[in-house]
Amino acid sequence: MTTLMPPFRLHRPASLAEAMATLSSTPGGRPLAGGTDLLVNLRRGMGAPPALVDLTSINGLDRIDVGADGLVLGATVDLARLGDDPRVRAGWPALAQAAAAVAGPTHREAATLGGNLCQDTRCVFVNQSEWWRAANSYCLKVRGDTCHVVKKSERCYAVYAGDVAPALLVLGASVETAGRDGTRRLPLADLFREEGRTHLALEPGEVVTAIRVPPPDGASTGYRKVRVRDSIDFPLAGIAMSLRRSGDGLASLRVALTGIASASVLVPDLDTMLGRPWAEIAGPLAEAVRKACNAVKTTVATPKYRRRVSAAAAVALGAELWAGQEESAA
Amino acid sequence: MMLAPQDEDQGGAAPRAKAILMITLNGRARQDLVDETMLLVDYLREVCGLTGTKQGCDGGECGACTVLVDDRPRLACSTLAHQVAGRRVETIEGLARNGRMSRLQQAFHEKLGAQCGFCTPGMIMAAEALLRRNPDPTPERIRAALSGNLCRCTGYVKIVESVRAAAGPAVEAEAAR
Repeated sequence: MTTLMPPFRLHRPASLAEAMATLSSTPGGRPLAGGTDLLVNLRRGMGAPPALVDLTSINGLDRIDVGADGLVLGATVDLARLGDDPRVRAGWPALAQAAAAVAGPTHREAATLGGNLCQDTRCVFVNQSEWWRAANSYCLKVRGDTCHVVKKSERCYAVYAGDVAPALLVLGASVETAGRDGTRRLPLADLFREEGRTHLALEPGEVVTAIRVPPPDGASTGYRKVRVRDSIDFPLAGIAMSLRRSGDGLASLRVALTGIASASVLVPDLDTMLGRPWAEIAGPLAEAVRKACNAVKTTVATPKYRRRVSAAAAVALGAELWAGQEESAA
Repeated sequence: MMLAPQDEDQGGAAPRAKAILMITLNGRARQDLVDETMLLVDYLREVCGLTGTKQGCDGGECGACTVLVDDRPRLACSTLAHQVAGRRVETIEGLARNGRMSRLQQAFHEKLGAQCGFCTPGMIMAAEALLRRNPDPTPERIRAALSGNLCRCTGYVKIVESVRAAAGPAVEAEAAR
């Protein structure tokens, strides 16, 4: 059972300047792109913005540029194109793999990079019909005052389920935004907050306009996703990794997780493994991932499963990237 | 705390802004005065009367509402009608020519690719998009392209066989028909 669409006005600006003018003159207005997340949520009664501003009508916001500075991606690049682009697949495999792992093929034709990064957080108690949530007295995230996941909690634990963010985190990406006070550029990690209702550190009316990814640094990168149905679902856990070895020792390692907290997070304290061979890394890597995985009961799978599968997926991906480094050096 | 569901709050009669929508639908230009909040699936079914496009899960999980927008598959339940302004939209009704089913439709008919038929328009449109890009796909490519379309009857084997039966060099010959 779904509800009526809220009575918003739809704007389809031809330029970014026009979009920003509309957003700044319409308090509560929200940017729209592919619609695969936002429109579905609005139909479920989650939010009633007075206006939607369609960014996909803006020319030139969907560029994929490869240069000496790395990769520049417009916010409305669709995920099908991003996952298929031969330059992205060759230079930034974790990004191409993550884009290709989002939802199903038809979603990816419409869903955009900016929309995927800024997608709403999810929870078994909130991504339900309006009637389901009404019968459950709603929850902290939408219309209610109680968190059903962590009782008496003052914060929302809804989980960030974007696949592309962890890949961009291990690749060292930054984000360009436009807002009422002009444009700014920030490290991707600073876009996210570990709180389910306010998980994006964007000002009202501020939108992501582009993503910048540094050139490849010789590391092997990849993304692994665990979900109920491999064809379509959101992640129960997702792991992105960037790994470089020098001879038989580890030269650099970055690991990021998604689907386990209200933000995509980089796993801390991996430097102790530098210089060591893979046989001595696998165990501590699993332990570091398990420790970084503070999952609570926001999905159909238990937190224990998500912790263990995150660690297992990290070790499997690490072994694959380690072997790949040997081949590329040979 | 108990609140009423929001659709009751709205009384079902909230005022809606309307605007002219111009698209090319199944090869014919048309324009309509359409609610800015209207979904593409509702526009096709309620305004245009093309009920071949099905509304299944209403949330982008089943693929039954798949249509083509500029030759690419698109979920009509997760798209606003005005978002496809000026584009070429094709639905299942647009595939037949002169009262004859397309080769892909004929293949679904002959290879028993449809049982209850509810997922079939979405399946065929997703398969049509694949065949336009790749006229001779492997069964693996077909399965990947249809992986967002759910069928609860066939077990998918007959659907993949149907698409395979419509694949191959004759697709280009048909395009010239």
